[in-house]
Parts: sequence; C-alpha cells; structure tokens
Amino acid sequence: MLVQFYNVSKIYPNGVKALDDISLKIDRGEFLFLMGPSGAGKSTLVRMLFREELPTRGQIFLASRSIVRMKRGEVPRLRRNIGIVFQDFKLLENKTTYENIAFAMEVVGASSKDIKERVTEVINMVGLKGKEKSFPGELSGGEQQRVGIARALTNYPLILIADEPTGNLDINTSHEIMELLFNINRAGTTVIMATHARELVKSAGKRVIMLEQGRIVADNPPGEIFL
Amino acid sequence: MRPGSIIYFLREAFKSLSRNRLLSIATISTVAISILILGFAVLLTINAGALMNYLESDVEIVAFLEKDLTKSQISDIKQDLTAITGVKSVNFVSREKALDKLQESYGGKEYNLKETLGKNPLPNSYEIKANNPHNVPQIAAQVKKIDGIYKVNYGQGVVERLFKVTHWVRIVSMVFIVLLVFAAVFLIATTIRLAIFARRKEIYLMKLIGSTDWFIRWPFFIEGVFLGAVGGLIAILILAAGYGSLINHMDALFFLPLVTDPGILSNVYISLMICGAVLGVLGTWISLNRFLDV
Repeated sequence: MLVQFYNVSKIYPNGVKALDDISLKIDRGEFLFLMGPSGAGKSTLVRMLFREELPTRGQIFLASRSIVRMKRGEVPRLRRNIGIVFQDFKLLENKTTYENIAFAMEVVGASSKDIKERVTEVINMVGLKGKEKSFPGELSGGEQQRVGIARALTNYPLILIADEPTGNLDINTSHEIMELLFNINRAGTTVIMATHARELVKSAGKRVIMLEQGRIVADNPPGEIFL
Repeated sequence: MRPGSIIYFLREAFKSLSRNRLLSIATISTVAISILILGFAVLLTINAGALMNYLESDVEIVAFLEKDLTKSQISDIKQDLTAITGVKSVNFVSREKALDKLQESYGGKEYNLKETLGKNPLPNSYEIKANNPHNVPQIAAQVKKIDGIYKVNYGQGVVERLFKVTHWVRIVSMVFIVLLVFAAVFLIATTIRLAIFARRKEIYLMKLIGSTDWFIRWPFFIEGVFLGAVGGLIAILILAAGYGSLINHMDALFFLPLVTDPGILSNVYISLMICGAVLGVLGTWISLNRFLDV
C-alpha cells in the first residue's frame, strides 16, 4: 500500500468539519479520482498528503511512514516524493518555461548538469518542445498546465497530486491534459486527481471516490461504470 | 553545504536585489536612517560619558593645614595622606602658590591682590585626588581625622548631587539606545516583510516542492546582510562627515570637550556598520519565518 488513511477527521478552528472519519487505501500505480461538490473536502484530503494540513484525528501513512507524526525537518523529504499540480498552475511569471521547471530541481539542490538533462526530458514528455523560452504570459492555459505538470514530474515523484487541474481549462484542452496524466500513470506514477468535472471521470474507467460533506459516500473500483 | 549551493544562493540574492530595486532602495534607506539616529545617540552618549568623567575627575579634596607646623610635620601629614587607601595623588600647595592662584583667577594683572591684602591670609594646603571620584566623601572623612589639618573641603553637597546626575545620565542614555535598537529592528523588519511578501508565492512553491527552510533562507539572509551593510555604510559616512565638521567648528564655541580620539570613533563607526548588517539579518529572520510555515 502506498497511501493509508485511518479514521481521519479535520475540524478547522472556526468549527467547520472538512473531513469526517475517512479511511482509505491507495495502491502503488493506481489512478484515483476524488469527486464531490465544492466544500466536500477534496482539497483538504489531498493537502494532507503533502502535509499542508494536519488531521485533527486519525493517522495517515505514505509508504508506511506516518505523515502525522513526522517532524518538521522531515517534511521536505516527504514533499520531494510528491508532485503537485494546481488548478491555477502557480507558475512564476518572471521565469521562462525552462526556468519554471528547473526551479523545482534547483530548490532541492540538484546539480546543474542533472537539471539540464532532466528538464529537457520532461519538456519533451509533456509536449512543450520549442516553448522553452516562453514566459507563462505567452502560453495558452493548456500549455501553462503542461508546464505545471512537467514541474511536478521533474523530481521523479512517487505520487502526482492534481487538485482540479482542468478547472481553468476548456473541455478540449481538459481532455488533452487528462491524456497526459493517463500517460504519466501508465509509466508507473500513482496519480490522485480531485475534480468535479463529471465528463472527464465518466469516460476514464478509473477508480472514483465520492466525497460529500467530508464523508466517503461511494468508492467505485476501476472499470465499473460511473454515472 | 555544497559549493554549487553557495553560488546558487549568491546568484539568487543578487538577482532579487536588482529585480526588486525599489524595495531594495527602501530597505537601504530605512537601515541608513535607523543607523543614523542610533549613531547620533551613541555619539551623544559617548560625549555625555566623557563629560561626566571630566566633571567627576575634577572632584578633589583640599585639606588646609594649621598655621604653625614645622616642615617635618608637613611632610608627615603627606605620608599619612598617601597611606589612605584609594588616594591617587597628593599635591602640596604652599601659601604663596595659593595666593598666586587666587591672583590669577581674580582679575589677572589688573588688580594687585597682594598689595591690597598686604599680608598673605591663606594657609598651606594639600590637594588630594582619589582613584575613584565616588570615594571622595569617605576619603575626606579620613583626611579630617589627621592631626594638623583644620579644614577639609571637597564641595560637600554639590559633589553628591553631581554623582547622582551623572548616574542618571548614564542610565537614561543606555535605555534610550536600547529602545532605539528595538525601534530599528521593527522598522527594518517591516520593510523587509514587504520585499518577502512580494515573493510569497515563490516561497510557498519552494516549500511544497520540498525545499528545506535553510535553502530558502540563505538568499534572503545574504540580501539582508548586503542591504543592512550598505545602509549602515551610508549612515556612517553621513555621521562621520557631520561629526567631523562639528569637531572642527565647535572647538572654538564651547568649553565642553568633544571626544575626538580616532580609535574610539573608528570603533563606533565599525560597530554601527556591523549593527546595520546584523539588523538586516534580524529583520529578515523575523519577517521570513511566518512565510516558511507551510
């Protein structure tokens, strides 16, 4: 098992119950959709994986290590195993495509030789060849999200977490991004994607977990038809 | 730390300095003004301290001798005086010398005091200085007990008040400087927070990608040291120029002695410059930590 949630609850200081007794297991190599209306707890759940949020109760394990009991100094190492893709891309506007992706390796202290090799590799992987010197403002939404995905991939993560990665994109571009995520998953990376785009989920034939008001209301295994 | 990282930190620090030019200038100005005010207060304190020392060192005991003492009795008294603990120097002032001094201080050559008085009314005396001026009252009490001395004078009452004043001047100026340092730290931290706030997205990303706190801190610290040192340098240049011209012009105007020892002054200036750099780092530290809590 790669990820395990045991009776996880999250209550915010203002009293809002974001997650209510969630137990969940995710295998290596899985592709998992987290679905549910806004405020169902999807974002809270994925943020716990990279320890931006801590649960109020319960335990979370990644590769058999407790995320909850982890010391502050161990968090960077946890996060280097996780690639994160954001709805709003979170690219640095003053950096080019190449620099935005290289940034992820620079900040973990990679050598410039390794950076050059790997960045060129992931740029090809996400189909951005020729856009290396473009700034985010010069790219389309879909291209910007490809930069975001490339950045998440550079450090060879165990898991790729995507929180509404198509939320700001039109339907055609969304399908292209999904295709890219499926390819990444086929190459062996576990992918967890939070979304409320039913159209994308329906046609995918992957495992789907439905959240409502902080609870899991359905866990459809892959291949099962999801309506 | 790998050498590659050090190059990365330096490059990032100076890239950020030139990219956020306006905020860099704002920070340098803030540091310069803070250090200027601080330096002004330090110079004031040093001069006040020197003045206090000067006033205190002027405190001495005058012991008047009885009229008909023999030469050997007079030198015996000197030995007794020297034997008192805490006495720094004992200086004999003969009646004639005392009259000369009086003549000098009253009117100089215009009046002939000796002629007016006819006979010299003044006694022989000893002037006694203490190692620590604060011990003067206790020493004076012991001097009074010696045979052959009929009166002891050290500015009773005034001296005690002087010491009270100098004590308070020293405390107040120290408190003032400490308060100024706190104000400077707060001011600089606030300015640096603006610079860091402009880069909060970058810091947040670095944290989520798995960069360590120190990896994020180093470029900011280098920036802080640089901005602080440049601000400090500007401040001490202004301060040194101002104080230098003050020394040149004030000599003729006031009787108060200004501290001009180049050793002391260069120490002050170097300390202020280091202070600027330290304030830069401290301000960065205070402002940065909250953004690292992701």
